[in-house]
Amino acid sequence: MEQATLLGTHESTAIKLSINGKDHSLNVEPWVVLLDALREYLSLTGTKKGCDHGQCGACTVLINGKRINSCLTLAVMHEGDEITTIEGIGSSDNLHPLQQAFIDHDAFQCGYCTPGQICSAIGLLSENKVKTTADIRELMSGNLCRCGAYQNIVAAIKQVKGNIAE
Amino acid sequence: MNRFTFNKAGNIADAFSSQQQSDFSKFIAGGTNLLDLMKENVERPDHLTDINALPFQEIGMNEDGGLRLGALVTNADTAYHPEVEKRYPLISHAILAGASPQLRNKATNGGNLLQRTRCYYFYDTALPCNKRKPGSGCGALQGFNRIHAIFGTSDHCIATHPSDFCVALAALGARVNVTGPSGERTIEFEDFHRLPEDTPEKDTNLHPGELVTSIDLPEYGFHENYKYLKIRDRASYAFALVSVAAGLKINDGKIEDVRIALGGVAHKPWRNKEAENMLKGTTPEKSAFEQAADLILKDARGFGHNDFKIILAKRAIVKTLSEALNS
Amino acid sequence: MQDNPIGKPLSRVDGPLKVTGEAKYAAEYHFPGMVYGYIVSSKIAKGKIQFIDTAKAMEAEGVIAIYSHENVPKLARLDLSYKDHDAPLSGKPFRPFYTDKILFSQQPVALVIAETFEQARYAASLVQIRYLVAKHTTNFEENLGNSHKPSLNRFPIKSRGKKADKIISEGDVRLDTEYLHMYEHHNPMEMHATTVQYHDDGSLTVYDKTQGVLNSRNYLADVFKLSKKKIRVLSPFVGGAFGSGLRPQYQAFMAVMAALQLKRPVKVSLTRQQMFSFGHRPATHQRLTLGASPNAQLKAIKHVAIAETSQLEDYTENVVNWSGTLYQCNNVETNYRLVPLDIYTPLDMRAPGGATGVHALECAMDELAYKLNIDPLELRLINYAERFQDGDIPFSSKELKECYRQGAEKFGWSRRNPEPRSMKDDNQLVGWGMATGIWEAFHVPVRAHVKLSIDGKLSVSTATSDFGTGTYTIMTQTAAQLMGLPVTDVEAKLGDTNLAWAPLSGGSFTAGSVTSAIKAACDGLKKKLLKLAKKASNSPFKKLKPEQAEFNDGYMYVTGNPEIRIKLTDILQSEKTNTLEAKAFSLPNVLKQRKYARYTHSAVFVEVKVDEDLGTVHVSRVVSAVAAGKILNPKTAHSQIIGGLVWGIGMALHEDSVMDNQFGRFVNHNLAEYHIPVNADIPEMDVIFVNEHDDIVNPMGVKGLGEIGVVGTAAAVANAIFHATGKRVKKLPITLDTLL
Repeated sequence: MEQATLLGTHESTAIKLSINGKDHSLNVEPWVVLLDALREYLSLTGTKKGCDHGQCGACTVLINGKRINSCLTLAVMHEGDEITTIEGIGSSDNLHPLQQAFIDHDAFQCGYCTPGQICSAIGLLSENKVKTTADIRELMSGNLCRCGAYQNIVAAIKQVKGNIAE
Repeated sequence: MNRFTFNKAGNIADAFSSQQQSDFSKFIAGGTNLLDLMKENVERPDHLTDINALPFQEIGMNEDGGLRLGALVTNADTAYHPEVEKRYPLISHAILAGASPQLRNKATNGGNLLQRTRCYYFYDTALPCNKRKPGSGCGALQGFNRIHAIFGTSDHCIATHPSDFCVALAALGARVNVTGPSGERTIEFEDFHRLPEDTPEKDTNLHPGELVTSIDLPEYGFHENYKYLKIRDRASYAFALVSVAAGLKINDGKIEDVRIALGGVAHKPWRNKEAENMLKGTTPEKSAFEQAADLILKDARGFGHNDFKIILAKRAIVKTLSEALNS
Repeated sequence: MQDNPIGKPLSRVDGPLKVTGEAKYAAEYHFPGMVYGYIVSSKIAKGKIQFIDTAKAMEAEGVIAIYSHENVPKLARLDLSYKDHDAPLSGKPFRPFYTDKILFSQQPVALVIAETFEQARYAASLVQIRYLVAKHTTNFEENLGNSHKPSLNRFPIKSRGKKADKIISEGDVRLDTEYLHMYEHHNPMEMHATTVQYHDDGSLTVYDKTQGVLNSRNYLADVFKLSKKKIRVLSPFVGGAFGSGLRPQYQAFMAVMAALQLKRPVKVSLTRQQMFSFGHRPATHQRLTLGASPNAQLKAIKHVAIAETSQLEDYTENVVNWSGTLYQCNNVETNYRLVPLDIYTPLDMRAPGGATGVHALECAMDELAYKLNIDPLELRLINYAERFQDGDIPFSSKELKECYRQGAEKFGWSRRNPEPRSMKDDNQLVGWGMATGIWEAFHVPVRAHVKLSIDGKLSVSTATSDFGTGTYTIMTQTAAQLMGLPVTDVEAKLGDTNLAWAPLSGGSFTAGSVTSAIKAACDGLKKKLLKLAKKASNSPFKKLKPEQAEFNDGYMYVTGNPEIRIKLTDILQSEKTNTLEAKAFSLPNVLKQRKYARYTHSAVFVEVKVDEDLGTVHVSRVVSAVAAGKILNPKTAHSQIIGGLVWGIGMALHEDSVMDNQFGRFVNHNLAEYHIPVNADIPEMDVIFVNEHDDIVNPMGVKGLGEIGVVGTAAAVANAIFHATGKRVKKLPITLDTLL
């Protein structure tokens, strides 16, 4: 498709995003996606870009407690939302139990998919749809891990969730 | 991604006036498909209207006893809605077979209907595609067409519709409520999506500027005997090569009503009423299911890499009906 | 006394940084004034750029510069300058923006630099390019007849004895078979990216996604004719690589070029689509002939492979030599040839050559077992190679028999009904298959540096890489144990050209080679400490020889007399120094090593469940027994192996970069359509490390684990599918349509 003609101006707008309980003011054009806003405008690089097309889950964040792909949503659409990124889950001197479980079970190797896996797992736990190990596998399938740590990821989630049937 | 102007619509009138700013404008709700395509420069709207504040947010009962699914309800909220789970488990299962939890949390019901094909040639601006660029040719016809359609194709396009949700909606015989600058109307699900013919750039029969507001499910949801079977290249998070949504209503050992819809095989969810009618009144058994499958696949045509879908679809139909019977 | 950390399941020392998002990868550095690059890729596979129109793009907001072959600054002239440490031995490396010629689809043809990522991305879409299209050759299968012998082969092929056709006689069992797999791409989760910080003195700090900072540094210095001292390359965290980081990828070139031109910091990241534009596992066609006497002894093996390469370079990998190593056989005939295509040069991808060649061999062995009517494991035991036959030397260690035994026992192999299609679970066919894995245990030179500080902390460093491999952790454990310090007092540093020299990290040689260098450095530090401790007039260590000194709990002891001890930090105190350091350059003992063949082995057992109506395959159980010498850390080692197994499953069932020969282009260039296994594809898998002691392979006795998990796994899956269905699918991946 050839380029369509542009309409009017495309000035950046000042928006306020609530991220990890803190308000961040930033100027973005409408086409800045949330993932790039986090990584390039706010230096919150814990959220990863693995494909930029909703096909890998590395960019998973929580919006009002629900896990989504931050690469497929515009920053300007999230004023008023409560955004939680890996930076808001825990820090290395104050780990969330799931982060500790990931370390305990070596649920990662290169670490690049890991923040997305952890945010996704937090979303999974709050959704409360998991009864079996197979449910964990299915409901964590939106997060690719090229290092192949899947069984350790499942073990880490089971450690936190407890009471899981096979 | 190209540049665009952006508006948030506070109400329907706002949405239409915002939309009418340009001939190349689009509505955005979940955005999971639109933004993906914009990053590929496949979609290049110059104006976006954010419709997330519009009042299509509810799932509620209709007067006829059916259920109305608001267009802006997310796929996840729809799949896990207690009424949907109880009365329309086929819908729940179909939605949960698609995409990933993250995408289902963002993607809306209206957007699901309007998602575009996953054809490789459509997605890659270096390659010819009549759907993306009318007249440029179809790369898939002579190309790698393993994921492509076997029904209702044309010389211009052999793409498939990628939705799982829509396959279940087609099976149930849902209706799509839309509103537009010239008023509201209701479209039967089978008339919502189009076949490619010589205008593959048009996926649906929506008029320009029209907006899906809700989807109506009929009163009966085949909740007793149903099955959604999705066959794909990995266990999850992949599009269907073939999927089947089936519902059976059994009365006195006979099939009183039956629905069979296929996904991954055509430019729209594929339903064959002739085959359904053939099954009605018969005893539900494998041989009858096989006859129905044969009838459905009678007019199927492969393009080389996707020839396997014909035999696969046949087996999938029989298996899905058998499992629906025993569910 | 503290526990010895080596061999303990220490949690990854970089774990806290990784689970919190605090670990920074190449595209995650920000500098004031930084600009962004976005690469425009060729839409055609072969031809010429007739015309680039950048006018519209240059007018777009925020655009600073657009580079292409038309305005590329002056670069090194000789191809040699572009040859990085992993470049194929023969050929001319790809030179970005070198000419107007298009050599492969998605070749980078322009770089747009703008103030923001979004501006660069948008302007890139406005660059108009007119191509003169030439006829491309990308069809591998159609061009098998146009193969040539590689002009230089990294792994010269080995044959011995007589040709198979001369040896296999009428009374023998003969198998002729063919295997084929097409292209695979590495697709690490992190896309290749480079961030360059430009300093006022013209020097650069480069954050690159690489498996070898020195390789990146030297390449960039050579190409841009800069002093090596002016470029520092860092890669403390690498989001997976699997071989993709062995060669500097073109985004590094782009970012450095722009930074030098603009004298500003620059960040360039590839898109996921562009991750399909460079190296890949080459499509390979293999023919095997196996001949066995009726008592199942192999008499002859013939293994011929034809792989693709680019028109630029002859990429070679070891596909066929495994057939002369793995089994006892006097007559082995191999050949390895290349078909040049109009695509980018292939690139080492996890277990390069082994994943390919051993797959065909191990499937052929399964076929032969059925021809001989013998258990596939039994066939392997009958033909077990006790010695390395190319040169008739012993193995430095080889506990493969134990792998077979322990793996089979854990899996329950003895309960297998050999008849295909004989095992069922509900409506699904169940299949059990097995295969052998093998990988060479290389030992490479490495420099390491240890430094003890007055606060009792030890730093251990070398310019190696940890791309998920656990190198930080095993470096920490090794140094902690050797110096007798708690692991919490040891800090490992890597991925920085300012550190001691280390080669590229890959081929499973990092663990053994790096820890051996650390051992040498620690030995040096211990000697220094002892020497200093002797200085005091009343020193009880006066007569002590280095081998009599023991290090534990932060003290140096006299062996057998723990009352005589001195705190290491006290030695520094009395010397009035804040630090004490030692450097070592650890070289393989070639004279000793060459008397032995050095290999890692494994036996992998797989159960699949196949829905025959639909052709769908699910891997339901895996047991992998591995003999890899000393296991430094069973926790991270286990992860390496399960990761390799996932790769094997992906290779068997999912991964396939599809070339559309109409356009000479990979068409499924994204993670939705290039399928790698997802969580739901992978069962709980069992990994066994069998005991294996090895004094030869390197001073640490460590063989490495990065590759062995992959090798043979796809064959075990394919063999299990045969056992389940009776269908022998000889092309990978085994997708459901092949089983209908």
